[in-house]
Amino acid sequence: MSTSGMLQSVFKDRGQPGGRVMPFVIILLVVTVLASALNLLTPEGSALHVSTYTITLLGKYLCYAMLALAVDVVWGYCGILSLGHGAFFALGGYAMGMYLMRQIGDRGVYGNPLLPDFMVFLDWQELPWFWLGMDQFWVAMIMVLLVPGVLAYVFGFLAFRSRVTGVYLSIMTQALTYALMLAFFRNEMGFGGNNGLTDFKDILGFDLQSDTTRIVLFLLTAGFLCAALLTSHWIMNSRMGKVILAVRDSEARTRFIGYKTETYKVWLFVYSAVIAAIAGALYVPQVGIINPGEFSPINSIEVVIWVAVGGRGTLIGAVVGALLVNYAKTRFTAILPEGWLFMLGALFVLVTLYLPKGLIGLYSQLKQQLGAGKPAAAGTGKSSSAAKTEGAGA
Amino acid sequence: MKFNKLFAGVTLALGTSMISFTAAAGDTIKVGVLHSLSGTMAISETTLKDTVLMMIDEQNKAGGLLGKKLEAVVVDPASNWPLFAEKTRELLTKDDVDVIFGCWTSVSRKSALPVLEELNGLMFYPVQYEGEESSKNVFYTGAAPNQQAIPAVDYLMNDLGVERWVLAGTDYVYPRTTNKILEAYLKAKGVKPADIMVNYTPFGHSDWQSIVSDIKKFGSKGKKTAVVSTINGDANVPFYKELGNQGISSEDIPVVAFSVGEEELSGIDTKPLVGHLAAWNYFESVDTAENEKFIDTWHTFIKNDKRVTNDPMEATYIGFKMWTQAVSQAGTTDVDKVEQAMIGQKVKNLTGGTAVMNKNHHLSKPVLIGEIQDDGQFEVVWETDGVVPGDAWSDYLPGSKDLISDWTAPIKCGNYNVKTKSCGGAMAAQ
Amino acid sequence: MKQILCISLWLMGCLMPAVSYSETLTDALESPAATTRTVPELVQELTEKSLTQAVPVLEALEQQGGEEMLPLFRTMLNGDLYYVKDTSQVVGKTDTAGEESYADILTKAAVTGLGSRDVKKIRVNNTLRSYLRNAIARIQLSSANPHSREQAVLSLLSELDNDTVGQIREARANESVEEVQQAMDLALAMYALDQGSSDIEKLDAVEGLAGSLQPEARNMLRKYAEMEPDHADYSARVSAAAAKALERIQEKVEFYGFIDQLFFGLSLGSVLLLAAIGLAITFGVMGVINMAHGEMIMLGAYTTYVIQQLMPNHIDLSIWIAIPAAFVVSGLVGVAIERGVIRHLHGRPLETLLATFGISLFLQQLVRTVISPQNVPVSTPDWMAGTLQINPVWSLTLNRLYILAFALLVFFALLIILKKTNLGLNVRAVSQNRAMARAMGVRSDRVDAMTFGLGSGIAGIAGVALSQLTNVGPNLGQSYIIDSFMVVVFGGVGNLWGTLVAAFSLGIANKFLEPVTGAVLASILVLVFIILFIQKRPKGLFPQKGRAAE
Repeated sequence: MSTSGMLQSVFKDRGQPGGRVMPFVIILLVVTVLASALNLLTPEGSALHVSTYTITLLGKYLCYAMLALAVDVVWGYCGILSLGHGAFFALGGYAMGMYLMRQIGDRGVYGNPLLPDFMVFLDWQELPWFWLGMDQFWVAMIMVLLVPGVLAYVFGFLAFRSRVTGVYLSIMTQALTYALMLAFFRNEMGFGGNNGLTDFKDILGFDLQSDTTRIVLFLLTAGFLCAALLTSHWIMNSRMGKVILAVRDSEARTRFIGYKTETYKVWLFVYSAVIAAIAGALYVPQVGIINPGEFSPINSIEVVIWVAVGGRGTLIGAVVGALLVNYAKTRFTAILPEGWLFMLGALFVLVTLYLPKGLIGLYSQLKQQLGAGKPAAAGTGKSSSAAKTEGAGA
Repeated sequence: MKFNKLFAGVTLALGTSMISFTAAAGDTIKVGVLHSLSGTMAISETTLKDTVLMMIDEQNKAGGLLGKKLEAVVVDPASNWPLFAEKTRELLTKDDVDVIFGCWTSVSRKSALPVLEELNGLMFYPVQYEGEESSKNVFYTGAAPNQQAIPAVDYLMNDLGVERWVLAGTDYVYPRTTNKILEAYLKAKGVKPADIMVNYTPFGHSDWQSIVSDIKKFGSKGKKTAVVSTINGDANVPFYKELGNQGISSEDIPVVAFSVGEEELSGIDTKPLVGHLAAWNYFESVDTAENEKFIDTWHTFIKNDKRVTNDPMEATYIGFKMWTQAVSQAGTTDVDKVEQAMIGQKVKNLTGGTAVMNKNHHLSKPVLIGEIQDDGQFEVVWETDGVVPGDAWSDYLPGSKDLISDWTAPIKCGNYNVKTKSCGGAMAAQ
Repeated sequence: MKQILCISLWLMGCLMPAVSYSETLTDALESPAATTRTVPELVQELTEKSLTQAVPVLEALEQQGGEEMLPLFRTMLNGDLYYVKDTSQVVGKTDTAGEESYADILTKAAVTGLGSRDVKKIRVNNTLRSYLRNAIARIQLSSANPHSREQAVLSLLSELDNDTVGQIREARANESVEEVQQAMDLALAMYALDQGSSDIEKLDAVEGLAGSLQPEARNMLRKYAEMEPDHADYSARVSAAAAKALERIQEKVEFYGFIDQLFFGLSLGSVLLLAAIGLAITFGVMGVINMAHGEMIMLGAYTTYVIQQLMPNHIDLSIWIAIPAAFVVSGLVGVAIERGVIRHLHGRPLETLLATFGISLFLQQLVRTVISPQNVPVSTPDWMAGTLQINPVWSLTLNRLYILAFALLVFFALLIILKKTNLGLNVRAVSQNRAMARAMGVRSDRVDAMTFGLGSGIAGIAGVALSQLTNVGPNLGQSYIIDSFMVVVFGGVGNLWGTLVAAFSLGIANKFLEPVTGAVLASILVLVFIILFIQKRPKGLFPQKGRAAE
């Protein structure tokens, strides 16, 4: 696809996978820039001021949105339900965390120039080999991409080649992240065990606690999210994207036509893992801690529900789902902490039962019903009977 | 186009609703409560939330503080460690609290710590922990290793004649550090490395067959053996059950635990545990007037006569009392002033004697060792002569033996190296 | 004279009617030691002395009272010794069917009208407990029951001194039962090895210890085998003989260690089997991914708790009631889930996974809200506690043994249900070809609900068993869900035998890895192994064959 074709597609196409993303990207960028400006330029106490707390919160949401996007790319478009994407997210985060840890240098509590604090008090004598070079930003960034990428490749290669599909694959991905969680909990691993990595000071020489650094990280996250949206959109509209959709709809048929489906799946899986890893790497400096809890299978399943709520198979849906659910979580855990899990549980059930296409699906359905007379687009007819109940469910 | 508008609307709504309108300074003093109310740690932390609420209630009944009422701001970090940082920021910037009572696990404290230091907040941490920390913004009212682990080992060694040691713990930072300290301490006392067995298990470990059988073998070598357990919460029940089932009684191989208190025992069939030991600074069974009053107040507040009290609750009680005294003395809730006023504050322990806040932000407290009884309570079998001052930096770890913490002028440093006479690291007071 | 003494004692504050006890009392009075304190006086002292001062009192009691002290010592050891607050009368507590009753510890006369507030416990600590245990052993050397005599000797092995050995030697002369004789010979040999005067005597003793698996005997041998040449007691011949004997024993010990590990593995396997077997039905046969399976287990465990709360005096029975109750509770919840949610998601396994995950969160929070976020205590019935001691180095814990048997029982019962009953026939028909089954008149939706109920009910039963091993709390289910899925997938979906083999092989593999790698690494390795195995054989150990498989 030519560049101009791509540009056209991000703005115009209808019925193409992914819908239009450019307007959304523009809105997203405008909102983030506006929020940043309000944080930096207006004085505290002014009615327009956006607090640093809000910025870090939004930054976290955007990282989650990126992770949701990564899950959506494989689940919504290729039918691979990964219950272990948290693993790639966390691995990316750990790579970034290791860099930040090394940046502390001799400002740790023990003043050891080489070893992070947790190694000093556990009496480690030298830096483990995998920590070497992590004080260089570029090495760390390569690791952010390389480690999850290679893991995804190896796992995908083995799994897809032997045609492990559907729920089996989901359970295997869950086992993967569970095994990694157990491994990272071990203090012998040299990643700080349960406490993980924390107490970061600065990144590339910029103080992590300053508002400017936070804003830059926040904007970077928004930028990366937009880039991921556009790239995913481009992939899905490319020839590769068509094959991927074909795999989702009928893998056997696609294979019979002569496509090596596993190759497509593996590379899509790697792509998705890398997006998750970048999200993790951006997440860590903003929340200030990475620990093995991020590998927990529950976290990965929660990501899937964000995607389901927003609408899988629509790139924007994943992002919207992640933002909305996390915002609700922040709100409701503050208002009625005991009730939150009830709500989350009910959300899972109701969305899967009544909103199989998520909020985006609901929106397009409403649009169709309002714009009566227009012929129903292919694929939505099937669920029109569910429309009434959807109203009740949502 | 509708499509765009919808999202523009949603996103903007999202953005604007988060703009915080800083509340005008009210006529209440706000107390933040940062304990998990959901997730795995809710089991332990909910009780502490209620304790803080009870203390606030009591204080308000007694006329408040500085002529103002106290107001609790409760948030739920949901046992999710990054959320502790986020909620700390929320409490300090959005709710403008004057003090925070919170955290249980070390990782949650480590997560909240950078935010507290950045925003100059004030937190009271009420749980026994591994030490190796002293922040200007945190007061540690739970036990440091030298207020729990070392006296317990002394008791086993001197009173019970234990010669072989099993250090069993859950694989996280508190047991790791405590066991490192104990290993060094035991070796300094002349225990051979062959007489020390160290074992780590994951959180919530439930299949103890092999490990208990190993302990049994280790203990059958003719020398008196004891287990020093830093096993965390949930994993304890199956551990003790397996001990009982494999016929290891407390007379053969006593287990002394640092994480098993009244609250934990209330969820256990205590039969197989009778006679095993625990080291704490507080036991509910201690008979003093203060303790009786505290227990009565607690039962009235929680509306349940069966609820027990435990050590972290006493630590919360002492921390809260000290904070109110320091605020009254300083005449303000300003963090820097309260921090200085805190040092030297005295509060009567519930177990008798007086707790003193030291220069290193740790308390001086008595250490008690109790034997578990079949009613889920402890019978004190040993206690230290006086109070033991909490040691922020262990003398038995090579990395920290030269470090001290002193938050009074002229040192004003959490990790002051007495050899190089300098304040190391980034925790130096500016 | 006697009467006057009695009365004066009575006046001294010892409020027990001394009539039935007067004989012993007289004996005690006539012995020279009695010039200081009498048995009732000593008993009285127990109420006043602190824990550290109590041992001398007990020593005096043992010396004067002898066999008569057995009930007192036993009661005290069990922590059932109390004294009445007002009168200081020392009483023993008995607990029959939840009714507490008290009786004077010396006269056995019942003391009525006492509530738990009227009495105070005479505390014991570990030092006292171990003293009491040994004292009981010493007294029991002359017990009429050969088993108690043997146990008495064995428990004295660790504290052999001149007096004890003298007592044992005396008892040995009159002993006629072979097992007891062996135990006594062992004790004498140990003493001879340690205190013997000549090498010949010591070599003889080594010979006597050679076959024994008692840890104390091994320690004694080790002491001599590893003795440094500059030690005063050193003798090259004795040391060599001891080393040789030790080696032989060590071989045996290692063999039993292996068997032990095998049992641990089987036991872990039985837990995995119980947790997974319900899933093997819902996932394996119906193809439904039930993420709320762990919560069905949790509900079963909570049912046990509730039943025990309802009948606190019949803990022994409670398990038998809890098993069917848990089956019904979890089964009904399962049916409700199937009717309410899963039915609507038929043929969309990934959505089912998400919806049931939501249900699992919901159920967890429900338990937290309704019962308590805290763990709840579930008692172990007496018949399940303890060990089956086969020899000194090999014992089986009873609860694990029962659970192993129970797991197999459940497994075979389920197999029979599926193979021999109408329901089973329908279940298999629907799982193999739904459309065809419907055409044949099988009401597939009803069968679905029944199957799901059955799978969930069995998970509930598993919960009853697990409540005996681990914490009962809101997170109980979560800790087993991933393991359960691993077992089912590894064994091959839709194959009950596969689940059985998978559960036991994973259990055993885990337990054999654990000593080498530690517990965490063992579970990681097992997980990685399963992940790789599934890549190689995507359908598990025993794949389903035929059309239904695709």
